Amino acid sequence: MTFSINPAESPDDSDMNVSNPLHPGEPGELAEVIALPTGLPVGKPRSMFQLGVEVFVQNRLAIVGVVVLVLAIAFCFLGPLVYPTDQVNVNLAIVDLPPGPGHPLGTDAAGYDQLGRMMVGGQTSLVVGFAAAAIATVIGTLWGAIAGFFGGVIDGFMMRIVDAILSIPILFLLLFLVTIVQPSVPVMIFVLGLTAWLIPARLVRGESLTIRVREYVQAVTVMGGSSWRSVLRHIMPNVIGTVIVNATFQVADAILLVAYLGYLGLGIAPPATDWGGMLSDGTQNLFTNYWWLIYPPGLAIIIVVVAVNLVGDGLRDSVEVRLQRR
Amino acid sequence: MIGYILRRLLQSVAVVIVVTIIVFLLLQALPGGAAHAILGPRATPAQIATFNEQNGLNQPLILQYFHDLGNWVTGNFGFSYKLNQSVSSLLWERLPKTLILSGLALLLTVIVAIPIGIIQAVRRNRTFDYIATALSFIFYAAPTFFIGLVLIDWFSQKLPWFPPEAPQSDGIIPIFQDFDAMVLPIVTLALLSIAGFSRYMRSSVLDNVNQDYVRTARAKGASETRILTRHVLRNALIPIITLLGLSLPALFAGALITESIFNFPGMGLLFWNAAQQSDYPIELGVVIITAFATVIGNLIADVSLAAIDPRVQL
Repeated sequence: MTFSINPAESPDDSDMNVSNPLHPGEPGELAEVIALPTGLPVGKPRSMFQLGVEVFVQNRLAIVGVVVLVLAIAFCFLGPLVYPTDQVNVNLAIVDLPPGPGHPLGTDAAGYDQLGRMMVGGQTSLVVGFAAAAIATVIGTLWGAIAGFFGGVIDGFMMRIVDAILSIPILFLLLFLVTIVQPSVPVMIFVLGLTAWLIPARLVRGESLTIRVREYVQAVTVMGGSSWRSVLRHIMPNVIGTVIVNATFQVADAILLVAYLGYLGLGIAPPATDWGGMLSDGTQNLFTNYWWLIYPPGLAIIIVVVAVNLVGDGLRDSVEVRLQRR
Repeated sequence: MIGYILRRLLQSVAVVIVVTIIVFLLLQALPGGAAHAILGPRATPAQIATFNEQNGLNQPLILQYFHDLGNWVTGNFGFSYKLNQSVSSLLWERLPKTLILSGLALLLTVIVAIPIGIIQAVRRNRTFDYIATALSFIFYAAPTFFIGLVLIDWFSQKLPWFPPEAPQSDGIIPIFQDFDAMVLPIVTLALLSIAGFSRYMRSSVLDNVNQDYVRTARAKGASETRILTRHVLRNALIPIITLLGLSLPALFAGALITESIFNFPGMGLLFWNAAQQSDYPIELGVVIITAFATVIGNLIADVSLAAIDPRVQL
């Protein structure tokens, strides 16, 4: 379960330590931020961004991650065009066939072609994963920025809510929610998004707490700028690096959670499926040695999640190196 | 220190109260309400009205909340819809099993992950480090149920070393008498946290080897072994305490999956079955108990961290 201890979020390279990730497109503010704490030579904003890209491209593992992700997306979304299969109608004449001619990965208990099913199931996993991460990131960023900016009682109240939801194991919460609402792809996106925003909220809150006391934010207040202006124009652009890095890890978590729900039989309803649901179906055949029903979806989940984590690591390194070299 | 503990205690109470409010609101969100869930879809409006009357469900929400809260505080989580048993007696029966499973998994995690992380840090960028890093990435990305299935496939089917099912007996002692059957569940649950903990330990040691006090010790002529064991490790192990607290929710969730794979009748399996049958009192009881356990765990971790590490700001 991935929820709290991402190996990539370990102490020496924790996102928390990225006190001040920079946003590439805001030259004016950048100069202010850069000049503040260290007094080291100031680079041009554009070159900072390029430096980040450079660091990312030099990270071979991150590039491998990107390539694997692109291949996985192509496999799931373009694959069915090249290799069309019937994933709706049950065909009892070809049940549980081992891999062979016509069915490179065999067929499952309902007579669906397993390779085609991997594509269809992957679509669900990837769509829900990315969309849920996007929703969670937006909600979490806003929540954290507001709490961190206002501080005091509002901050205390908002963060206790985050603490409370975080103390409920997310899988328990999700299982409860999907017994209330019948899961479909949009419902899954919504439910996962609504439960996964807590970590970005904490990260952003921590950063806004440090940023809001900086002179350039205080200057906005002194000049009569509204709080919203400070939050949207100054705090947000400065936390965006952390947020993007965290968002990648959110994608990995969401893909895993979709799989968990599918495995527990509370995922997308058939004939639609996801990789977790496929594993769940395959489990019934574990003792009959139908390996092709278990290993392909399981390995697919691992490969995609590892790829996403590698991309996240690469992004974090490039955000951090940009900071170190400023 | 006392002030810090009190403040953390107050915070924890606040968190638990917010949890109960969330749980209460979730209960309100049930389609058709509790009456519908208990009486079934074919209940007449009159039956539902009577049920609501009898159970106080027609009172204002705020009164209902305090009524429920009063029950929860005294350990009364209502009556299971399907199992004909009170939720608290079910929890009392199942919780110890989950705690044994999770506790042993956590123990195994600490025993395995900490040495791995230390060796990785000491022999950084060597073969062992690369292999351990690759494995931790893979296990970190592997869903618990897939690990469980593969373990059953290999170590129960291909090599008949361990039974594919956890001990089914009632009570705690029979679990230890049938310990063979606990091996695969414990390993399944531990592998994921081993991946996380060893990464964390590696970083923590690396953080400390570059500190000034290490250079001082080295300058004074301390041997590398002494520096590692007496200086670096004592500091590097401190963050693990926090990690232990933070990993509790993941551990409980992992226990749910593990229990469902190996059919181990603990709290997670209870919750899963309840979720499939819309047995809401059980779901609520389990959610409140796990959240409570998590909050207590974090509190203990924070307080012991403050007691051990004087650098923590009180």
